[in-house]
Amino acid sequence: YRYRKVDEEFFEELEDILIGADVGVNTVMTLIDDLKDEVRIRNIKDTKDIQPVISEKLAELLQKEEEDAALNIQTDGMTVILVVGVNGVGKTTTIGKLANHLKQDGKSVMLAAGDTFRAGAIEQLEVWGERVGVDVIKQQEGSDPAAVMYDALQAAKSRGVDVLICDTAGRLQNKVNLMNELEKVKRVIEREVPSAPHEVLLVLDATTGQNAMSQAKTFGKSTDVSGIVLTKLDGTAKGGIVLAIRHELDIPVKFVGLGEKVDDLQPFNAEQFVYGLFKDILEEQEKEEIED
Amino acid sequence: MAFEGLAERLQDTLTKIRGKGKVSEQDVKDMMREVRLALLEADVNFKVVKQFIASVKEKALGQEVMKSLTPGQMVIKVVNEELTALMGGEQSKIAVANKPPTVVMMVGLQGAGKTTTTAKLANHLRKKQNRTPMLVAADIYRPAAIKQLETLGKQLNMPVFSLGDQVSPVEIAKQAIAKAKEDHHDYVLIDTAGRLHIDEELMGELQEVKEIAKPDEILLVVDAMTGQDAVNVAESFNEQLDVTGVVLTKLDGDTRGGAAISVKAVTNTPIKFAGMGEKIDQLEPFYPDRMASRILGM
Ligand SMILES: Nc1nc2c(ncn2[C@@H]2O[C@H](COP(=O)(O)OP(=O)(O)OP(=O)(O)O)[C@@H](O)[C@H]2O)c(=O)[nH]1
Ligand SMILES: Nc1nc2c(ncn2[C@@H]2O[C@H](COP(=O)(O)OP(=O)(O)OP(=O)(O)O)[C@@H](O)[C@H]2O)c(=O)[nH]1
Ligand SMILES: [K+]
Ligand SMILES: [Mg+2]
Ligand SMILES: [Mg+2]
Repeated sequence: YRYRKVDEEFFEELEDILIGADVGVNTVMTLIDDLKDEVRIRNIKDTKDIQPVISEKLAELLQKEEEDAALNIQTDGMTVILVVGVNGVGKTTTIGKLANHLKQDGKSVMLAAGDTFRAGAIEQLEVWGERVGVDVIKQQEGSDPAAVMYDALQAAKSRGVDVLICDTAGRLQNKVNLMNELEKVKRVIEREVPSAPHEVLLVLDATTGQNAMSQAKTFGKSTDVSGIVLTKLDGTAKGGIVLAIRHELDIPVKFVGLGEKVDDLQPFNAEQFVYGLFKDILEEQEKEEIED
Repeated sequence: MAFEGLAERLQDTLTKIRGKGKVSEQDVKDMMREVRLALLEADVNFKVVKQFIASVKEKALGQEVMKSLTPGQMVIKVVNEELTALMGGEQSKIAVANKPPTVVMMVGLQGAGKTTTTAKLANHLRKKQNRTPMLVAADIYRPAAIKQLETLGKQLNMPVFSLGDQVSPVEIAKQAIAKAKEDHHDYVLIDTAGRLHIDEELMGELQEVKEIAKPDEILLVVDAMTGQDAVNVAESFNEQLDVTGVVLTKLDGDTRGGAAISVKAVTNTPIKFAGMGEKIDQLEPFYPDRMASRILGM
């Protein structure tokens, strides 16, 4: 492999790797075409010379600037973070981890139990609140999520907390009434805190395939998503669709989820992510080298 | 860039063919390229797509398509039929033990829909088959997982067996089955914690639960939105547990659902149910023909 030529077979293998990582066939074709041009221009013959070019290109696409991954935390006044996404992707868990992350940064944090629908959702957030040591504002199961949000905003204002993180019920993006409900929740936030929400984080499950693009489009349109949290990267799924999302919608990834524990959240690092895409191949290569 | 259905995808190729009178081998090749793209866009695993295209191409070159006056429709028909066959002709039923209770174990990745499906299945068994299931809370890890199942049990007005989150799932399963026998429940549905297929410790735990519970049915719950990784997940769960069936959840979304093909191809076990919503009555039988059309975008 190491001494292989950059030929048609090489590009086919690369195509398989990227498609296998859920990058999406259209984006992969565009990338491969770009790379072929690059190879011609730079007169690259050997696979070992093209590897850095690929990594560089992908990382560049994902993270244009250092600040891309940073949260928009207000230095003056309260920051409100709204967390949205489809069912079961890891919203509530991410909120627990994020609260911990912010608290360790010296911020006072409060959580709003905006999922009043799913069985046990409120209790789940409460467990996280206890774990991290932050307050959770809640109402009963079945109550209006916009009303919960209103309560939480008042409580957060009166107690002067630095960051309020709002949980919402999982919803599939094709459910119009549920998307409307989410917009209503966002409007309450906008009304009560003029500059808020300061971040709308869309949680995407790395295991998800091409539907993640539709999620990003629809949630983006209805809630103006400012960043993505890519969860479950501790499995074997690569989450390559975020490349296509960045390419088409220009939404940056801000954090990645790497497990179910409180500290399993990391700021997004494009180079590491790209390494993850090719990890299996690279490790195989290393093994071969050792065997040689 | 909306995903096109197979028919639209074939459009260009078909325009080229029209007027030439006869379909050439190259034309079939071009059409297969479009089939490949449609399947990849629908999240069918690329290796599964390769195998599938090879077999369909053979069929197409064989006769029908080459001789047809409507090659595009023929290709769609062949592809559709092959996909349907691949996903298993008939819809399946849930196992019944010779001696009750029938034990069913729900397994799968985090967030796939196991707990919700456990409640849905209980509802289905009671409504459609007059059964008296007992639910078992064997997820001791996820925050409030037990509470979630208990809430669902209350909605169903059905008993939920729990020993809290300080007792091992193996012990919970053991005591639950004894209790079910005592109370004459004919089904025991065990909800387990979500876990990664590569988590050796937790996969080992499931094997221990399996040994004790001797389930008649192990259902792998898979999110219909799953991408290319579906093959790794399904293959791995199947290798370690010998699953007997699959439940595909969240099919009420707008995903094409190509994972259905990937999972079926690697586990060779039937897809038994489809989750069609968050509510406990939103569980439906799985229809391979509908799924094939959906994957092809028609
Ligand atoms: N392995 C792994 N599991 C995760 C990660 N993030 C969340 N999970 C698990 O995924 C499952 C679903 O997480 P939740 O936080 O409940 O997801 P949610 O989006 O709030 O779900 P709903 O509110 O039901 O829509 C739980 O079992 C979590 O422990 C992650 O980064 N890695
Ligand atoms: N729209 C839709 N949502 C579903 C379906 N099945 C489950 N869900 C939702 O998906 C989310 C996760 O479902 P759970 O039943 O908690 O999943 P789980 O596999 O038990 O999760 P863990 O125990 O954390 O691994 C919840 O928000 C459910 O309401 C379905 O068929 N359609
Ligand atoms: K999921
Ligand atoms: Mg949640
Ligand atoms: Mg569960």
